[in-house]
Amino acid sequence: MSQIGKMVAQRLALGLLTLFIVSLIIFGCVELLPGNFAQEMLGRGATPETVAAFNRELGLDLPPHERYVNWLFDMLQGDFGRSLANQREISELLGIRLQNTLFLAAVAAVIAIPLAVSLGILAALYRDSIFDRGVNAMTLTAISFPEFFVAYVLIIVLGVTLNLFPAISNISEELGFWEKVYRTALPALTMTLVILAYVMRMTRAAIINLLASPYIEMARLKGLRPGRIILKHALPNALAPIINVVVLNLAYLVVGVVLVEVVFVYPGLGQLLVDSVAKRDIPVVQACSLVFAATYVLLNLLADVLSIMSNPRLLHPR
Amino acid sequence: MTMTMSKEAFGGNASPWVSRIAMAAIHFFILVLFLQNVTADTWSSIIGLLFAHLYSVVALTYWSRIERTPAGDTVVVALTLEFVLVAIIFWDRASAWPWSTMFGLALVQICAFAAVRYWKELRGAPASAWFGLIVILIYVMVAATAPIIAPFGETEIVGSEYDVWSNKHLLGTDNLGRDMFTRIIYGGRNTVGIAFATTVLAFVLGGLAGLLAAAMRGWVDQILGRSVDILMAIPSFIFALLILTIVGTSVPSLILVIGILDATRVFRLARAVSMNVVVLEFVEAASLRGEGLWWIIRSEILPNILPPLVAEFGLRFCFVFLFLSSLSFLGLGIQPPTADWGSMVRDNATLITYGDITPLLPAAAIALLTVGVNFVVDWFLHKASGLKD
Amino acid sequence: MKQVDLQKRNELTQLAKKGRISRRDFMGRAMAMGVTVAAASTMWSNSVPAAPKRGGKMRFGSNHGSTTDSLDPGTFENGGIIHQGYGMRNHLTEVDSDGSLVPELCEKWEASDDAVEWVFTLRKGVEFHNGKTMDAQDVVDSMNHHRGKDTKSAAKPLLAPVKELKADGKNKVVFTLSGGNADFPYTVSDYHLAIMPSTGDGKVDWRSGVGTGAYVKQTFEPGVRGTYKRNPNYFKSGRGHFDEIEFLTIGDVVARTNALSTGEIDAMNRCDLKTVHLLKRNKKLKVEEVTGTLHYTIPMHTDVAPFDNNDVRLALKYAVDRDVLLQVILKGHGVVGNDHPISTANRYHAGDLPQRTYDLDKAKFHLKKAGVTKLSVDLSAADAAFTGAVDAAVLYREQAAKAGIDINVVREPNDGYWSNVWLKKPWCMVYWGGRPTEDMMFTQSLAAGADWNESHFAHKKFNELLIAARAELDEAKRRTMYVDMQTIVNMEGGTVVPLFANYVFAMSDKVQHGPKMAGNWDMDGDKAIERWWFG
Repeated sequence: MSQIGKMVAQRLALGLLTLFIVSLIIFGCVELLPGNFAQEMLGRGATPETVAAFNRELGLDLPPHERYVNWLFDMLQGDFGRSLANQREISELLGIRLQNTLFLAAVAAVIAIPLAVSLGILAALYRDSIFDRGVNAMTLTAISFPEFFVAYVLIIVLGVTLNLFPAISNISEELGFWEKVYRTALPALTMTLVILAYVMRMTRAAIINLLASPYIEMARLKGLRPGRIILKHALPNALAPIINVVVLNLAYLVVGVVLVEVVFVYPGLGQLLVDSVAKRDIPVVQACSLVFAATYVLLNLLADVLSIMSNPRLLHPR
Repeated sequence: MTMTMSKEAFGGNASPWVSRIAMAAIHFFILVLFLQNVTADTWSSIIGLLFAHLYSVVALTYWSRIERTPAGDTVVVALTLEFVLVAIIFWDRASAWPWSTMFGLALVQICAFAAVRYWKELRGAPASAWFGLIVILIYVMVAATAPIIAPFGETEIVGSEYDVWSNKHLLGTDNLGRDMFTRIIYGGRNTVGIAFATTVLAFVLGGLAGLLAAAMRGWVDQILGRSVDILMAIPSFIFALLILTIVGTSVPSLILVIGILDATRVFRLARAVSMNVVVLEFVEAASLRGEGLWWIIRSEILPNILPPLVAEFGLRFCFVFLFLSSLSFLGLGIQPPTADWGSMVRDNATLITYGDITPLLPAAAIALLTVGVNFVVDWFLHKASGLKD
Repeated sequence: MKQVDLQKRNELTQLAKKGRISRRDFMGRAMAMGVTVAAASTMWSNSVPAAPKRGGKMRFGSNHGSTTDSLDPGTFENGGIIHQGYGMRNHLTEVDSDGSLVPELCEKWEASDDAVEWVFTLRKGVEFHNGKTMDAQDVVDSMNHHRGKDTKSAAKPLLAPVKELKADGKNKVVFTLSGGNADFPYTVSDYHLAIMPSTGDGKVDWRSGVGTGAYVKQTFEPGVRGTYKRNPNYFKSGRGHFDEIEFLTIGDVVARTNALSTGEIDAMNRCDLKTVHLLKRNKKLKVEEVTGTLHYTIPMHTDVAPFDNNDVRLALKYAVDRDVLLQVILKGHGVVGNDHPISTANRYHAGDLPQRTYDLDKAKFHLKKAGVTKLSVDLSAADAAFTGAVDAAVLYREQAAKAGIDINVVREPNDGYWSNVWLKKPWCMVYWGGRPTEDMMFTQSLAAGADWNESHFAHKKFNELLIAARAELDEAKRRTMYVDMQTIVNMEGGTVVPLFANYVFAMSDKVQHGPKMAGNWDMDGDKAIERWWFG
């Protein structure tokens, strides 16, 4: 166990390094984008004087490395800074958005992960049956449609025609928990359909990959029922890849849903990030990217810890 | 081994007459091509010649590996003749794209050769795999020969906008008055081509790096792992958005950016599954035996991790479509007027609100291919798992 | 005699429609014309729209709005925030629904004879949402927010002609311009130039959103929503009918349309032109269309070869099929342009000027006259210019090819389009929101030396006319001058103006609006928030 503790500490330290490099990369990319903040803000009203005034007031006339160091210094003191565009405290702005994003991800995960894993196990159990093919074809068809298109179809069917759920997820803080769940139902379903096939198929593949192993053969020869073989013998050994896939998809639910946010008008982090990139609002872009990166680093660490716990051999490398 | 193959091919032992006739036919065709092209520009004739030669070499190599039965020989001769005939008959329409048409035709023929070559295994395939194979074959044929079968030019404005389905315009026209059927065909060519190139790039890069990391461990693993972690820590969509805005959205930059971003996912998977294999006894044994790194990767690890990788390939391939269409949602995908299915879905998506099925056509085209590819992958998985039931 | 009567009656009903006359006056004047009481009464009820009702919660869905929006009017750049700004704040003057200028926070304005000095007398007793009474200092500081060396306002060029600005007592503001401008009162109606409370040190408080407007800000989440409550002390009567406002940003047009059809919003802007004919089938919705001043231009730098030759310019003007562009790019929701920027919605639109058409013979003729056998030019385009700009460029290429003109479409990045392409590349695609007056439009886009003179147009007669017309107070003379200027631009200008675009928006059938809707901006001049009501 202490070995895991050591690994976690080491990975957290590496995670911080990762965040640092991510911030450098993002900063560099935004600097390289054509156009600058003042020009994007002013649009066609930009004159050299007003652009200069903007840059002077917001300190954008400093050379890039100085700005980066200043930002880093504030950041290390826990100060995310203010949005260039509307001078709002980024920590406050981010707080609400992150909460919304995590809420949506959680609703989607609660539906999608158990469903996908159990469908995967069932498909492995009844492999090559009509059930297997049917589930496969259905989930594959679902992920073949671009996510915004899936969203449109769900809105038309469940929102407009059947009027079961609201067509847009107009949520705000004062709403109650269940009201929020109700309003996020359609985006959550969309995301479920998007990740369902992937998790399901990887679960199925991971299990089937093990079915030819000698120890499974042995279990089969002992006359165990197929269901028992899969649940008791194959599944534990297939856990590592399944956990990996599940965790990666959890990360996707948090960071990869920009389009779903756009279509459902859901005030999450992705929309904020895209808007801020468009306006070159660097502090906001940096803050959002770091939140996303941290999410990824943590989930990744979680996946590795779980994988190791599921396969003790990994703890004792050669 | 390859040497004997080519000996068989050129002059071989089984039925020398057939191969000689085939050679004569192919060179006759080259001659025709050349004559046809003398008046056209020199480059296209050279490129046409090049592909015809390429075809003859590849065809004969394949043929040599095909079972030498009368049926097999007949197929080869028939297909070669068809190649020549199609090329001659449709030369008018194809001459504007000599390289892509010739290449496409050759590709179709090679697919057919491969089908003959692997006939034995194919015969045992389940119905779903057959379905998948036929779908893929049709897509390859349509994509490869798009300039021949499409009734109009890719960006040609041929009628008023949003014409209904008719004999002239099978699927009507789009928002600028371009033929929808033509756009779907070209869209297939562009989308499938780009998605395939991207996925292959992602797997070569990511798979190789993942295997290396798992096999070598130590600092190689650390460096590769950390770099991939950093790349993956940045949301891919945002990263693509940033990079594509900086470098501009051309097809090569799309392939490179998405390929590299997807490679990180492949790396993770490849490394994770290889890790499980690396710690197994037979790998340790091989390494104690003093086998080289490359040998271990190729002979011990790769075969054991192939199934999950192949399963991933099927899905990654389809995710590239989706990624492209998501990018086109923000105006960064394949740029108009080039046809691609992703942006065709996007452009016509509003119509779905009013029960018009036009946006479903390109979406269904993507779906069908995805299902087809993944059915074939399933079949492969099944075979690879060694299960008999 | 009869003719005169009819005209008078029309004028009268017009007055009634605009709400400029009471019923009592109306009946009196109608009967003076010999109309019976009963008939006059019918006339009154037919011409007067149902009286606006107060109440209800109005929910707007707008395609505009970004999480980077700020309440600083100097940075307003999209319809979403402009609309909300109009709800919160007022301006010295206002462009009315029919396009005429009316006083808003001022009672009246007076100009010196040379139209250089302008005195605005403020309305008395108008209160800001925080209870402070608006006075001249607030106006001066609000204007200065956009002036001076350190301003970050996009409206700086607009106020550049203001040489001096001072308060004269509590209720008068005096603007001194560097040259005469008869249309200056229009300038101060610009959406940037909102009146905000002064902080006492020469600055204004824009962060709080406090203004004199019909709606008091409750919450404002940029790019997501703004919620507003009716200002109980609003100084205008007959405006601001809704009790509450929720203003949502819904960027995706499909989502917006669905939200409207499921009743989650009550009105939306920017209908999808491709499917608006299908949307109209929904009985519970109304689709409205207003032709305004919004237009697309394709300016050539007239001092750069080959565009320095007027025959080349004419050839290019004849080589575009405007009807096809109108059909394909706007799906017919607009009108074709006549190579000058004055809309049919403007006062002095030159309706008699022959419409330029797609004429390959004339294009070839001018090409030949210019001594060019094979013309090859680059046209820069990006959808940042307007939706469909790249498609329009591609269509233009195909059309011009038939006249032997080779247009090479250069696809520019959307990012930084206004900084790196517009005014920089010799030929590119542009949109103009349009200006309420001919003078503003010409002065900003075509006057020699203007910052935004996108075609580098420097025509001596044109510039003389521009200055003369500005200070001309005789309507008929002024009209002749503006028509002459439109003709000059049409014949010699460097700008192809292929299209004027309509504003197309939709609302639930419960929503009512006045008989005429403004065409200066989307959604009734972006003032639906205070002009519309629930029936």
